[in-house]
Amino acid sequence: MLRLVEALGAWGMRTVWGLGRMGIFFFLMMRGFFHPPKKYRPVLKQVHFIGTKSFFVIAFTAAFTGMVLALQGYYTLSKFGSEGLLGSAVALSLIRELGPVLTALMVTGRAGSAMCAEIGIMRIEEQIDALECMAIDPHAYLVTPRVIAALIALPLLTAFCNVVGIFGGYLIGVELLGVSAGAYMDGIYTSVAWNDVHMGIVKSICFAVLIIWICTYKGFYTGVDEGNFGPEEVSRATTQAVVFASISILMSDYILTSILM
Amino acid sequence: MKRVLDMEKRRLELGVGIFLIIGLACLAYLSFKLGDVRLFGGSDYAVYAKFSSVAGLKDRATVMQAGVPIGQVRSITLENGQALVRLEINRQVRLEEDVIASIRTMGILGDKYVSLSPGASEEYLGPGDFIMQTEPPLDIEGLLGRFVFGGIDDGGDDWGL
Repeated sequence: MLRLVEALGAWGMRTVWGLGRMGIFFFLMMRGFFHPPKKYRPVLKQVHFIGTKSFFVIAFTAAFTGMVLALQGYYTLSKFGSEGLLGSAVALSLIRELGPVLTALMVTGRAGSAMCAEIGIMRIEEQIDALECMAIDPHAYLVTPRVIAALIALPLLTAFCNVVGIFGGYLIGVELLGVSAGAYMDGIYTSVAWNDVHMGIVKSICFAVLIIWICTYKGFYTGVDEGNFGPEEVSRATTQAVVFASISILMSDYILTSILM
Repeated sequence: MKRVLDMEKRRLELGVGIFLIIGLACLAYLSFKLGDVRLFGGSDYAVYAKFSSVAGLKDRATVMQAGVPIGQVRSITLENGQALVRLEINRQVRLEEDVIASIRTMGILGDKYVSLSPGASEEYLGPGDFIMQTEPPLDIEGLLGRFVFGGIDDGGDDWGL
């Protein structure tokens, strides 16, 4: 019985301690904005990695999401004889909700996992300790360029995802199911307001910070808690990073939606 | 070796450049075309109309004349128990002083919109002017009746507001 209480206490302390460390990590990550090295090339490289290389994945995700939205939306709307609303249904659900969330999840899977593994290997090979020995702030050197790059890349990827999704929906709705092209596009023009676009951008910016924060944090402290710097720790950290990042994206999405409504 | 590195550098920069261009183009399309953000002033002027009821009319609803979209509803506020609606009308469209603003429904399930029936006056409405004759929704028959049985030429000062 006492042992159970003890275990609970230990778990509680560990959790609070971990959360505190995460908060400090966030602070150090943000401090990197005002801290050397201020070089643009690492940022460029990360934009290439997060943005350019995710392009086709996002295009595919978006196109098929838009297409399936159009198909499902048509099925529902045709019961009420209001197929004309298809365009606004597809566009609004993409711009407000699916665009930012799907983009963030794909970027987590594609770039976040790689980032975590990369930094995790640096940790187990003591490269991060080497950086500290050379008096280079590892947060400013490793994490900050990724944050900046994600802040640039994610809103743009989200916008790209929205546009591709809307035209994917157009392809199915107009070309295949015979909704009039004018009704589809005009429905979008009249129903989408700046508020909706703004909401999507705010969401994608929040997700960008979340993804990088969680993934680099998990990589940065690979094996530190366990005191074991073996390769299996890297795989564990990567899995945890992807799972936590995805969960926190979906949770914060709900919170953001209810705040921004 | 240096040439190879240079090539790689340039390919990276090219990739990022293409990504940024496409991304920004999509963002611009979403905000300017779909989100209706205007950078340069705007080509609209505002007129106001008071309705006894605007039930179902939404912000940014379309304003039409003869079925052609000519503007948008920009704000709906309450003033002295009446609904004050601000209409932003395309600059190319000139409205006669005695136009009639009415709220109608597109189709059965469709959105409410503001319809402006042309007047006969020689005077035109300027920015900030009020449309004096309005019809709340659901009174389309009455409006039609008045149209059919005269009342256009006398300016109709006894009805509407």
